[in-house]
Amino acid sequence: MYSPDNIFTTTIDKAVRWSRTQSMWPVTFGLACCAIEMMAAGSAKYDLARYGMEVFRASPRQADLMIVAGRVSQKMAPVLRQVYDQMAEPKWVIAMGACSSTGGMFNNYALVQGVDHIVPVDIYVPGCPPGPQSLMHGILTLHDKIMAGEINR
Amino acid sequence: MVKNKENSEDLEFWATNSEEGGWNIASTDEGSQKMNEEESDQQLKIQTGSDVVDDYFVEEETSEDERMIVNMGPQHPSTHGVLRLQVELEGEAVRRVKPVIGYLHTGMEKTGEELTYLQGPTNTTRMDYLSPFFNELVFSLTTEKLLDIEVPARAQTIRILMTELNRVSSHLVALATGGMDIGALSMMIFGFRERELILNFFEKTTGLRMNHNYIRPGGVAADLPDDWQKDVKEILKVIPEKLKDYDEMLLDNPIWQGRLQNVGILTTEECLAYGITGPSIRAAGYGWDLRKMQPYSGIEKFDFNVPVLQESDVFARWRIKVLEILESLKIVEQAMNSMPKGPYKIQDKKVTPPPRKRLDESMEALIHHFKIYTEGFKVPEGEAYVAVESPRGELGCYIVSDGSSKPYRMHVRGPSFCNLQALPVVMADSPIADAVAAIASLDPVIGDVDR
Repeated sequence: MYSPDNIFTTTIDKAVRWSRTQSMWPVTFGLACCAIEMMAAGSAKYDLARYGMEVFRASPRQADLMIVAGRVSQKMAPVLRQVYDQMAEPKWVIAMGACSSTGGMFNNYALVQGVDHIVPVDIYVPGCPPGPQSLMHGILTLHDKIMAGEINR
Repeated sequence: MVKNKENSEDLEFWATNSEEGGWNIASTDEGSQKMNEEESDQQLKIQTGSDVVDDYFVEEETSEDERMIVNMGPQHPSTHGVLRLQVELEGEAVRRVKPVIGYLHTGMEKTGEELTYLQGPTNTTRMDYLSPFFNELVFSLTTEKLLDIEVPARAQTIRILMTELNRVSSHLVALATGGMDIGALSMMIFGFRERELILNFFEKTTGLRMNHNYIRPGGVAADLPDDWQKDVKEILKVIPEKLKDYDEMLLDNPIWQGRLQNVGILTTEECLAYGITGPSIRAAGYGWDLRKMQPYSGIEKFDFNVPVLQESDVFARWRIKVLEILESLKIVEQAMNSMPKGPYKIQDKKVTPPPRKRLDESMEALIHHFKIYTEGFKVPEGEAYVAVESPRGELGCYIVSDGSSKPYRMHVRGPSFCNLQALPVVMADSPIADAVAAIASLDPVIGDVDR
């Protein structure tokens, strides 16, 4: 649905987009090595709370952002999709690390070769594993993307 | 309920006289379902209330309706990754637990057959992602055993230094996440804060915070950075001070003690029967540590103790990790002071690639470099098993070589995999609130379980 910009909607648009970026709660979807770096990003030194997102929700119903942190196996793929489906709109996905972006170094029978086979991905964070700084850069890039985009996705 | 006396005469009687027989007739596949008309004295006493069954957990006979199977995971914050548990509950009590694994199966053993021995540590380091150095070390030691080579003294001591620091960082994460699972959220912040200190040193040395690929067959990838003693000294100074904070905050805390003492008992016999190794067996009063029993990489030269506790509960498994951090720091200090000079890679041209600057000068060096990085070095036919003491227990690697430059078969004995099978024993007949504490105390890393 396309809403043409006019003097009333632009201001509201901006407010809505801004509010979406300022408290984006991630769902805890830690899978492998990247999950440890995701936890490190939430802890003392890097402190994701500065961006209003230290509340990692255990329930996907309360979350806006899924950080797929780690390798997704064929067995895990339906679970991942279900968690994504349970999240309420608007929702975003960050593929954290080489494995969830492309399958990484494991080109074999067991792994999904990129999580974008299952869910739509907004931001790919490179690294194996990406450090907390890389993850935070990915999150800030997502904020920019939301600020630049439309409110109805 | 008293067991039916099943004799053939009874069976036939109930099968043939079912119409007249009256109550409770069945001639099913399972045999007669006839109730005993006379109940034992003890049964009657329980029914009349004169004999009270105190221990709720021992009495197993309840109807099926009261049992409920709850699924926990694989997407659950306190299963330490993607472990799935099917928990059979009876009210608040856990009766049976069935761990379902394989949600992180990465096919690493298969991938290991496609990579050369030099590339192997890249693969193995991603197994147990909290102790990457141990995975690299055990793969390198096995390859070196097949090659029958001895790495230089400096490489050995660097390996000990890095692995023992890794043990500290791994135990810190275990304490942090274990604390978070039970509700001590500040422990989470503290543990990761101290871990950053060690990770900064790892990043300085290896270029990466995790999954380093630093320990390789034939030595280590790079020498220690300049001024590395300064960083190690800071680690040695800061971490014992912070451990005192943990003691003050949690281990001496009556609430913490009351929550975890006598919870999740895993006795020595059970440990031996299930093949449990690492801190869990040492907290059960059995001082089994491969660093003492089968020393590797020259660790027998260092002076350290193996802490052993007798309580075998969650609290002891927690406490022993703190004690082991202190012992590991003792090894780190000795390794720092006794660091030998010399090469950090074996000076064997068939295994170690020539240094970069030699490539411009020597044709042979260029050929060697090319051969080692494309085809890889050949390893003699045979098989070898080497085990090291990882933070979670015995981490073993078994390689079969067919004489080529890639392993014919690589198998890893993951400590988390073996420790996880104790979960049904630890959790059975305990309240559900203790289940999470029990999982956290066994400290499974699912990357190591599923591989």
